[in-house]
Amino acid sequence: MKITLKVWRQQNGKTPGNFNTYTLPDVSEDMSFLEMFDVLNDELIRKGEDPIAFDHDCREGICGMCSMYINGRAHGPLTGTTTCQLHMRHFNDGDTIVVEPWRASAFPIIKDLMVDRSAFDRVIQAGGFISVNTGNAVDANSIPIPKEDADKAFDAAACIGCGACVATCKNASAMLFVSAKVSQLALLPQGQPERHLRVKKMVEVMDEEGFGNCTNTGACEVECPKGISLDHIARMNRDYLVSNIVD
Amino acid sequence: MALSGLFLCTFLVVHLLGNLQLFQNDGGVAFNLYSAFMANNPLIKTIAYVNYAFILLHIIDGFYLAAQNRKARPQGYAKVDQSKSSSWSSRNMALLGTIILVFLIVHMKSFWFEMKFGNMPVTTIEGQSYKDMYSVVVEAFSQPWYAALYVVSMFAIGFHLYHGFASGFQSLGIRHHRYTPAIQNLGTFLFAILIPALFAAMPVYFCLKNL
Amino acid sequence: MILDAKIPEGPIAEKWTRYKATIPLVNPANKRNIEIIVVGTGLAGASAAATLGEMGYKVKAFCFQDSPRRAHSIAAQGGINAAKNYSNDGDSVHRLFYDTIKGGDYRSREANVHRLAEVSTAIIDQCVAQGVPFAREYGGLLDNRSFGGVQVSRTFYAKGQTGQQLLLGAYSALSRQIGRKQVQIFSRHEMLDVVIIDGKARGIIARDLITGKLERHFGHAVVLATGGYGNVFFLSTNAMGSNTTAIWKAHKKGAFFGNPCFTQIHPTCIPVSGDHQSKLTLMSESLRNDGRIWVPKKKDDSRKAVDIPEEERDYYLERRYPAFGNLVPRDIASRAAKERCDAGYGVGSSKMAVYLDFSDSIRRLGKDVIEARYGNLFEIYEKITGEDPYTTPMRIYPAVHYTMGGLWVDYNLMTTIPGLYATGECNFSDHGANRLGASALMQGLADGYFVLPITIGEFLSKDIRTKAIPTDHPEFEKAEKEAQERIARLMSIKGSKPVDHFHKELGKVMWEYCGMARNAEGLQKAKKMVQDIRTSFWKEVIIPGSADETNQELEKALRVADFLELGELMIDDAFDRNESCGGHFREEYQTEDGEALRDDNNYAYVSAWEYKGDNQAEVLHKEPLVFENVKLVQRSYK
Repeated sequence: MKITLKVWRQQNGKTPGNFNTYTLPDVSEDMSFLEMFDVLNDELIRKGEDPIAFDHDCREGICGMCSMYINGRAHGPLTGTTTCQLHMRHFNDGDTIVVEPWRASAFPIIKDLMVDRSAFDRVIQAGGFISVNTGNAVDANSIPIPKEDADKAFDAAACIGCGACVATCKNASAMLFVSAKVSQLALLPQGQPERHLRVKKMVEVMDEEGFGNCTNTGACEVECPKGISLDHIARMNRDYLVSNIVD
Repeated sequence: MALSGLFLCTFLVVHLLGNLQLFQNDGGVAFNLYSAFMANNPLIKTIAYVNYAFILLHIIDGFYLAAQNRKARPQGYAKVDQSKSSSWSSRNMALLGTIILVFLIVHMKSFWFEMKFGNMPVTTIEGQSYKDMYSVVVEAFSQPWYAALYVVSMFAIGFHLYHGFASGFQSLGIRHHRYTPAIQNLGTFLFAILIPALFAAMPVYFCLKNL
Repeated sequence: MILDAKIPEGPIAEKWTRYKATIPLVNPANKRNIEIIVVGTGLAGASAAATLGEMGYKVKAFCFQDSPRRAHSIAAQGGINAAKNYSNDGDSVHRLFYDTIKGGDYRSREANVHRLAEVSTAIIDQCVAQGVPFAREYGGLLDNRSFGGVQVSRTFYAKGQTGQQLLLGAYSALSRQIGRKQVQIFSRHEMLDVVIIDGKARGIIARDLITGKLERHFGHAVVLATGGYGNVFFLSTNAMGSNTTAIWKAHKKGAFFGNPCFTQIHPTCIPVSGDHQSKLTLMSESLRNDGRIWVPKKKDDSRKAVDIPEEERDYYLERRYPAFGNLVPRDIASRAAKERCDAGYGVGSSKMAVYLDFSDSIRRLGKDVIEARYGNLFEIYEKITGEDPYTTPMRIYPAVHYTMGGLWVDYNLMTTIPGLYATGECNFSDHGANRLGASALMQGLADGYFVLPITIGEFLSKDIRTKAIPTDHPEFEKAEKEAQERIARLMSIKGSKPVDHFHKELGKVMWEYCGMARNAEGLQKAKKMVQDIRTSFWKEVIIPGSADETNQELEKALRVADFLELGELMIDDAFDRNESCGGHFREEYQTEDGEALRDDNNYAYVSAWEYKGDNQAEVLHKEPLVFENVKLVQRSYK
């Protein structure tokens, strides 16, 4: 099939960018979206042109590195799917596809479609952990956890940190990402001792990093490739309120 | 935002219940008694000031949030398709809020300001004289442009609350798989449809009556 | 040079305990002044960096990804083994040790493997304490599943995302240390060389992948945790960025390379769909718990799977290996699939696939149970192939997945360069010629949490007086200059073919001649072919842009240049090993019914290759493997 791509090109964080248009006459339905970019880049390189820079690594939807805003949607038209898992069979012959980088002031552009998501790491460093040194653990089965809680915690922990929530949120808010970690640890008995401190510290750094505010549009939940639920945002809101009232 | 918003929702219910007196076919007696009560009762007056404070807070907070959120994404996308991921209302709360603010200014000027500081006609009920709010309202509502403004504004309130009511609960962390759908339904049917519809019915009723 | 594995004295079950009790320590005041470089932030790297930071060392951690959380450990699906015996099925440390040695086809070092089995239980405790949400029973206790090559249920799991959950646990521990400023993180940095001063590893040269700038970093010791080199095959289940550069550079600086030819081909991957294919996606081995593998009994049967009646299906694993059935170890399952496809019974359009069928299990357990167990894997499959595995059997085919080979290390996990350590997949030590499922995660975390942080004390305790060496030391300068020149040389070629072109060529040769089945003639041919590809790479590659900026093509070129050298060593190693063992199957050495034929008299050793200079033959050293606690027998899963 024939695909026309309008891709955001930007040499680096300091120079302005613009859209370039590329036409691929022969795209296979079985290709992934990124493999289509491989083919395009191969062509560009052979012509001596600069290939399109984009982040990707595992290409099986788990590392969270790929990050394209495709036709107005984070990771493209398919829900529950990262860009690397999106296949061209979901597009039609003759389509024009607009591809942009994640846009948020907390995610500055590095080059073309690559952005810097280290703000997420800094939020985790502020408190997204349970303080237990290696070797201090008790026997794993001495902490029974109701299956339902463990499953809920798992659902939160499934976050891949790709940033689609920020990218898709009209406010560039990172609430879904932050709440997924807060909620995972709040649901587990191991996470209780630091529960209040954790949520306060993480929210503080989240705000410092320049993410926007949550206005509950719910777009993040829909566009999240791992289906992280708004339940976690509610839990974080609750914990945040309580921690501010209690302490 | 959530606290002030939800408070204003309750205010809206009270306001509506009072204003329904307009529909009493008694030449405005019940309504005028009601408006006098609202203007003079010390408890109500206190609550009214709290209400003004919440309105102001809601407005200021709203503008502040909108500004912050704009700063969080200085450069927007060339192509955005959020139709599948969020409701139109939820994405346009600031716009809807601004329409409501404009309405509020007109509304307060027409009635609240007149009641407090204006030159009001006077009516006598059971020997006592009262400011005749009823006739002021009826006169205002009889003008088609004024009625139209009200109807449009009630649409804005409806859409604002379609998202806002349930959103307030989410922001406060009140979410439960069993009760949240009920909250959402309450937001939709009571706050987004019924209340704005009844409010809108008032100017429409008097406007049509006058034609 | 005689390889000294420094295996402690004593009975196998006491070696580690005794050794730990006698190992020299570094006191807390001195730890503050000691800097350690950890390269890679997967399970092994993140856990090591975090633990070393907790202990008080100053740590610098490096990863090429944009965040330490994205290292490829994240993609491991099935689970992690531990000898907890929570299932009460007779498991024990000894049994895990035995299974691992046997599963590795008797080509791993007893002492290391036993230690691995011993610390396995503490890993689970540690991870649970960190908040890793393992699967649980309704009673609130941990659930287990079984995996290939063993007859107990000792695998802990978190749906099909165990690697992700374990890595996020290690990442959170690492993040905590970064927050405490015990660890400094350098993401989007690639190590290009190790710096050796007075015979000891004292730092690295790293390239900032954003600015292109080369940086010098000092460390009293350097820990490599850079993962496997399966991408030498171009198509593998590894991440696109997974590479050999760090260990290859270390190898060229004097670290011996152990068993380079031992590659694991995973039996259950989604088959190749076309030339555009950039990587292969694994379907967890855990699927074989409930899925049955079959091909049609008739050659070139082009009917749809559901239209082939039961009696015309050949469940070849169940037929050949009744005791283990669909749960035979990976190498055996892979070869059996290749055998069927080569014989003309393959399915799908390419005929290079077999069916993995869940219809029996769905009938037996219900769709809900299957969905709870494998839902996310089924989703991945459907996304990639457009087929629904609940109604149509999956098509699977083996793919390169893991490299058992890696830098040779002693019991302390130190390479032949003093002060240079290798942990996790990038060392050779624990899996012999074949790794059992759910053991990679175990090894990565064992090395990082519990082994290296202790054994590194042996080296560092002698180094407490060494002050930080300034990075303007001539050795740093020299190493940086070499890296600079290599980059300049690559940029100046300005040929006509992209890096991927050469990488694909290399991959084809490696897969064809040094993949699932190998023979002397093919290997000799392949050696020449790899040399030719390497020559043309250095003449014809084109890298647009400049080296002083973000340049993904340059990153790839630097990696592929090293793969092109490593490939040849793998071929040499495969050629040297005149036997079949585990994942190394030499067609000349097989039993009458096509099973691997080991030669314990002549090949019960670790090959440790020493680099001798560009275009010179590497020298083979042998570490004899002594088995005192297990009896060497032909592996039988019948």
